[in-house]
Amino acid sequence: MIPAALAATLVAALVLAPLGAVILRAGGVSALTPSDLDALIFTLWQAALSAGLSCALAIPLARALHRRRFPGRGAFIALLGAPFLLPTIVAVMGLLAILGRRGVVNGLLAGLGLPEFSLYGAQGVVVAHIFLNLPLAARMLLQGWQAIPAERLRLALALGLPPAAQARHLERPMLRAVLPGAFLAIFLVCVSSFAVALTLGGGPRASTIEVAIYQAFRFDADLGRAATLSLVQIALALAALGAAARLTLPSSFGAGLDRAAPAALAPDRWHRIKDGATLTLAAAFLLAPLLAIALRGITEIPALPASVWRAAANSLMLALGATVLTLTLALPLSLAAPRARWAEPVAMLPMTASALVLGTGLFLIVRPWLAPTSLALPVTLLVNATLTLPFALRLLLPEVRSLQADYDRLAASLGLSGLARLRLLTLPRLARPLGFSAGIAAAFSMGDLGAITLFSDGRSQTLPLALYSLMGSYRMEAAAGAACLLMALTFGLYALFDRIGAHADPR
Amino acid sequence: MKKTLMLAGCLVAANTAFAADKPVLTVYAPDYFTSEWGPGPAIEAGFEAQCGCDLRFVAGDVLPRILLEGEATEADVAIGLNTDVSARARASGLFAPHGEDLSRLTMPVTWEDETFLPFDWSEVAFVYDRTRLATPPRSFAELLDAPADAYKIAIQDPRASTSGLALLLWVKHIYGDKAGEAWAKLAPKVLTVTQDWSQSYGLFTDGEADMVLSFTTSPAYHLIAEGDDTKVAAIFPEGHYFYAELAAQLKGSKHPELAQAFMDYILSDDFQGMIATANWSYPVIEKPGFLPEGFAALPRPQTSYFYPEAEAEALRGPALEEWRANFGK
Repeated sequence: MIPAALAATLVAALVLAPLGAVILRAGGVSALTPSDLDALIFTLWQAALSAGLSCALAIPLARALHRRRFPGRGAFIALLGAPFLLPTIVAVMGLLAILGRRGVVNGLLAGLGLPEFSLYGAQGVVVAHIFLNLPLAARMLLQGWQAIPAERLRLALALGLPPAAQARHLERPMLRAVLPGAFLAIFLVCVSSFAVALTLGGGPRASTIEVAIYQAFRFDADLGRAATLSLVQIALALAALGAAARLTLPSSFGAGLDRAAPAALAPDRWHRIKDGATLTLAAAFLLAPLLAIALRGITEIPALPASVWRAAANSLMLALGATVLTLTLALPLSLAAPRARWAEPVAMLPMTASALVLGTGLFLIVRPWLAPTSLALPVTLLVNATLTLPFALRLLLPEVRSLQADYDRLAASLGLSGLARLRLLTLPRLARPLGFSAGIAAAFSMGDLGAITLFSDGRSQTLPLALYSLMGSYRMEAAAGAACLLMALTFGLYALFDRIGAHADPR
Repeated sequence: MKKTLMLAGCLVAANTAFAADKPVLTVYAPDYFTSEWGPGPAIEAGFEAQCGCDLRFVAGDVLPRILLEGEATEADVAIGLNTDVSARARASGLFAPHGEDLSRLTMPVTWEDETFLPFDWSEVAFVYDRTRLATPPRSFAELLDAPADAYKIAIQDPRASTSGLALLLWVKHIYGDKAGEAWAKLAPKVLTVTQDWSQSYGLFTDGEADMVLSFTTSPAYHLIAEGDDTKVAAIFPEGHYFYAELAAQLKGSKHPELAQAFMDYILSDDFQGMIATANWSYPVIEKPGFLPEGFAALPRPQTSYFYPEAEAEALRGPALEEWRANFGK
């Protein structure tokens, strides 16, 4: 409990102290403008719609992935992580190559004499958010499926339960346990959406709160309004968290004997065709944009200047450091969360912390004592780890809950506690979500745009910043190469950690 | 491995010791400035060759950082500020006069600012690819009156980008009280509004957008760096909005004479002669040979205009509201 309390204090301080510093500096909070309220309304409905559709589409996808075995299934599941982890600017590039005006789909539509599909406007924002977040939801649900003990599935097979009854006895309890958390995570990601909303939104109506914060900071120099908007975001996060907690029910499948899950849950032809179609469509929608980025950029990679490679090395180091730090914070918090009511809200707090407010507040706090540039590395690591923490927690929490429900009594009767319990029980049972969390932390840190630019000394560039510099100086071809490199490294790191986790899982 | 590390350590130490002999001039600059594709490296080399000092760029958000740091800022000079933030920068009282003779400037607008010194300039313009767009607009009026499907334009958000703000003021300057109507006419032809210039420009080079809000000098990059003459800036008879990048020295500089030397350097032939291809814009003092051949031959607008700072500040809020209200997307 002590490590958890320490981690919680650190995280809470890291989110709230900068906000406090900004409010102090501004001399209080100021009122919102009418356009801020418009932004709030747009933010809410697009986030709800994006999260709802992502989750709804993830249910058949996760089901199909769980009950089918096919060559390349492991690779496909791993690749599912990619869209969510891509830096948004790269993801948008890929999406445009497929769904844009000159994209493949509109080429086909025009060939068939059908009207053009527009990726711009509110529908573009929602489609992009589904592209980014559907895979996350599917992964979370798949983990839910995998956490159902094989014995339950075998029993269902032995009883000859038809799919409808399987849904009632297996899928629905699992969804009640996992889905609210998945919806919450995606809802909050979409609440703080910035680049996607701006690039595809198509105009002032499609502004999110994060855009309003940016404007308050950069153009109006109105720290007070930025702080108010930031408070609104945090209040939103806490409200959503409360709602999700009410809707979540523990699945109570009980412990199993860790035998391999049977594959053929719905062996009849109709379900095979349905699952096959689901998987094909999902693969096309999620993987084609990635392929487009790779095809466009891969030939440019050998010609990338040395500075881009140096930036890539910097980003890799940052990513590894942030990964270690994320797990150090996430593990104690998630282990404490089922018993301590404060742990989960605290760990979710960073989700809606605006990076801009965070960076400015930290700068104001640090500045009187130390040269901010001397703290560039630790601050970037800490902020990256904090911002990833909510995702790690969401992934770990369902498994921690069932771990404690299933093994607490056994562990207590064996007198297993402390480090031995951690080594023999906790870490092996949590290996899969830990690996996944580590992968996400590393990937997020790779894609970090240097939100903390106030601390940068401008000497050690990261790969996303190098990508932006290339675009900013007309070098769009080289930028495509850098985007491809960024995608490969981001995904490579993520896949590596994910594999390590899967490998260390005794099941 | 250990040996290499030790060697590297010695080298770093030697380097700092070497640099410590010289005074350090700290220049805050935007991120794009200091990358190897920005003008930073050439400026650093050029100035260090004559100042007997160490020019150190600190890249990042220039003005927000200085405003947060206040009097205690380490910056001696700030470079890469835009005309839209100069009012806020001036109000802080942190900047000192540049002391340069402004009559030497050859820009199309008169510049009288004694604190903020322009180092390059351009005008905002719509850029298109002449192989993809057969009938480009010949005037702003033609652009507004074109049918909705004539072309799709990528522009930048006036709340987040300086070029976007320049467009806002451009429309305001031409259409005044009718600016709202102009936006309503432009809106159907706008593909999307991006956060910054580079995203818009990426959409244009990818072929997503037929036209992009950029600069009259953008074709120069394609022409000179890529040997590609298909990118053209549409020059409108209504005139274009002027856009300058600025530098200023700080009152609290620890090396005021070096800071002043840097301001002098900005107007030197050395700096002005290389800025055109280093930052793809016009030098503020143009002399023969400062622009490569094709660059010098680019078409230029008949008229350029520019709102004085106070007027631009006063217009910004209402013009933004007008944009929001009429840009019905």
